Amino acid sequence: MTTLLQQIANGLVLGATIGLIAVGYTMVYGIIQLINFAHGEIFMTGAFGGLAVWRFVPGVKDMDWYFALPLMLVGGVVVSVTIAVLMERFAYRPLRNAPRLAPLITALGVSIGLQEAVRIWFPDADRSQSFPREFVKTQVSIGPIEVPATGLLLIAVSIALGALVQFYINKSRLGRAMRATSQDPDTARLMGVNPDRVIVLTFVIGAILAGVAGVLYGMHVQTLGVRAGFQNGIFAFTAAVLGGIGSLPGAVVGAFVIGMVKTLGGQYLPGGTQYDYVWIFVVLILVLVFRPQGLFGESEKVRA
Amino acid sequence: MRNQTVKAAALVAAGVVLLAACSTNKDESSGGGSGNQSSSCDQSKGTLVVGVIAPLSGDLSALGAGIKNASQLAVDQANKECKVPGYKLALEPLDDERDPTKGAQAATKLASEDGVVGVVGTLNSSVAQSVAPILAQNNILQISPANTNDALTKGEDFLKSPKRVWKTYFRTCTVDSFQGPYAANYLIDKAGKKNIAIVTNGLTYGEGLADTFTTQAEKKGAKIVTRQKVGENDTDFSSVIAAIKPFNPDAVYFGGEYPGAGPLSKQLASAGLNVPVMGGDGIYDKAFIELGGKDGDLATSVGAPTDTLDSAKAFIKAYDGAGFKEGYSAYGAFAYDAANAIIGSLAKAIGSGEWSSDKRDALLTAVGEYSADGATGTVKFDKFGDSTNTVLTVYQVKGSDWAPVQTGKFEG
Repeated sequence: MTTLLQQIANGLVLGATIGLIAVGYTMVYGIIQLINFAHGEIFMTGAFGGLAVWRFVPGVKDMDWYFALPLMLVGGVVVSVTIAVLMERFAYRPLRNAPRLAPLITALGVSIGLQEAVRIWFPDADRSQSFPREFVKTQVSIGPIEVPATGLLLIAVSIALGALVQFYINKSRLGRAMRATSQDPDTARLMGVNPDRVIVLTFVIGAILAGVAGVLYGMHVQTLGVRAGFQNGIFAFTAAVLGGIGSLPGAVVGAFVIGMVKTLGGQYLPGGTQYDYVWIFVVLILVLVFRPQGLFGESEKVRA
Repeated sequence: MRNQTVKAAALVAAGVVLLAACSTNKDESSGGGSGNQSSSCDQSKGTLVVGVIAPLSGDLSALGAGIKNASQLAVDQANKECKVPGYKLALEPLDDERDPTKGAQAATKLASEDGVVGVVGTLNSSVAQSVAPILAQNNILQISPANTNDALTKGEDFLKSPKRVWKTYFRTCTVDSFQGPYAANYLIDKAGKKNIAIVTNGLTYGEGLADTFTTQAEKKGAKIVTRQKVGENDTDFSSVIAAIKPFNPDAVYFGGEYPGAGPLSKQLASAGLNVPVMGGDGIYDKAFIELGGKDGDLATSVGAPTDTLDSAKAFIKAYDGAGFKEGYSAYGAFAYDAANAIIGSLAKAIGSGEWSSDKRDALLTAVGEYSADGATGTVKFDKFGDSTNTVLTVYQVKGSDWAPVQTGKFEG
């Protein structure tokens, strides 16, 4: 019983991390139908941004966590947003009207480029780095199990930011512009929406969430390498597809499903932790066979 | 349109998984020794190349740099002391990124060059499995400073019917069928652990080490409460920790290298399972402690502690004097001995003649008969190509460094 609860807690933490990244995948897809494979790298650079604040900004190491953590989050988000905006401007915008496969391959190139750039230019990043956690060491006991405070923080932040973004898209003016662009960019432009601005905003929102996730995740697992974005990026992409790509609640639900399947599958299904990745993709295949549009996706419709 | 994009994306996603292995970092900074000292030796017959295949970038670069630098040192010394009459020696280090595919590429490249006499490497047993056949096919001598998997020299069935796999393959370190049991003896007899959980990363080295450890531990009456496997690049171990926690182990034995072992140790403690992690030579590096290895964690490594050996003092002095950026790490001394074995045997095989591919058989014979005092003790190979030096050391984390606690040989 304790083990079950502990694994559920682990699954929720993993799901929260993946969810924060998956929102970026699904939103960008919803607006410009691009699978931005470099989004995992946005997560990774965000984490390195947080680490840079910890390492290079004098005084941060001596601060209480409630000062140091927000500073690191800000550092991470600044880095991830900057890179996302540059990426959109110089890699994707020139290809806006190119065939679909061109930006997709570009995204892969950007992904590898960013990994290598961090590896070469960030001090010591050619191998895994230790990520600080000194200031949020607390373990929280919930019934029989213990969860690190960082894990709870990840879950809370993920739900809060997910809800906030959903609210923003549904209620705000720019959110309405986003929905309009997603439905029909040309008509939206006729109605006075500036699509470039909307697209950049989409990248920025995705990057904020990924940057926050990066810093919190680094703190949670206490280690960080340039490959961190790749693995979690693939999980997040899978989550977005599972939930129905283009759907925001779908991405978050898909992420929690994947987190649960990985931890519970590793615990209770044959093969143990050795096979936990397998179960994730088994679930994905099953869902896509019976519901090709994903859990929350709109069914296929013909679009101009 | 949309459907096609998702399909294309899924295809590309599959491609990405393959591509991941290909993201390269060609950073071949030559650390230290230049190999170009003007010397008074006769080098009229040309240049011969000693290859190095090791992870020079990526998570294991700390270990790979030690291997490259120590080989460089041996080559520089040989040039200065005219060890191979008539020839100048050069080092050609290639990066394998601990990836068997990259290792195979490096081996193929070296095999295509006539001047390559021998190769120092690899670090990882899994990489050796793809490198050794290529070098063997081309009859090129290979001496590994660090592969500890038994099957590389004696075949899959190494306990019952050992059979030499590649006649070109030798190693200067000892093997896991000594290392695993030596660790088990220490952990059970000296540290008094009885309920041990095993975690491996699924690679050749970690699996082999865990197997030999398990056999000896069970013989000693300890209980292996569970055995779990993690991904080789995993850094989040929360689910595997939750899986082993109910078994209440009093120690965790890790088959793998420090990039996984460090975070595992730290996360175990965070999850309230404050037990020592023990591993093999793959976690014996300071990077393990930086990544989260805690006081009391244990590791076995091959050979006696380098800085306590009389035979190693000259090596350490020369290494420090050469001004390399990185330390010699766990395998530097073994790589130095491997390179010197290649150089010494080469001198014998060439004699006063000239190098040609026909000399490769003579070179292999010379290595088989090679015997010298090296940085790790007597360097000599048995009929399988294994080192006759089977000394092992148990180290323990104390503060910010490893401290040797026991040195000896495995004796049942």
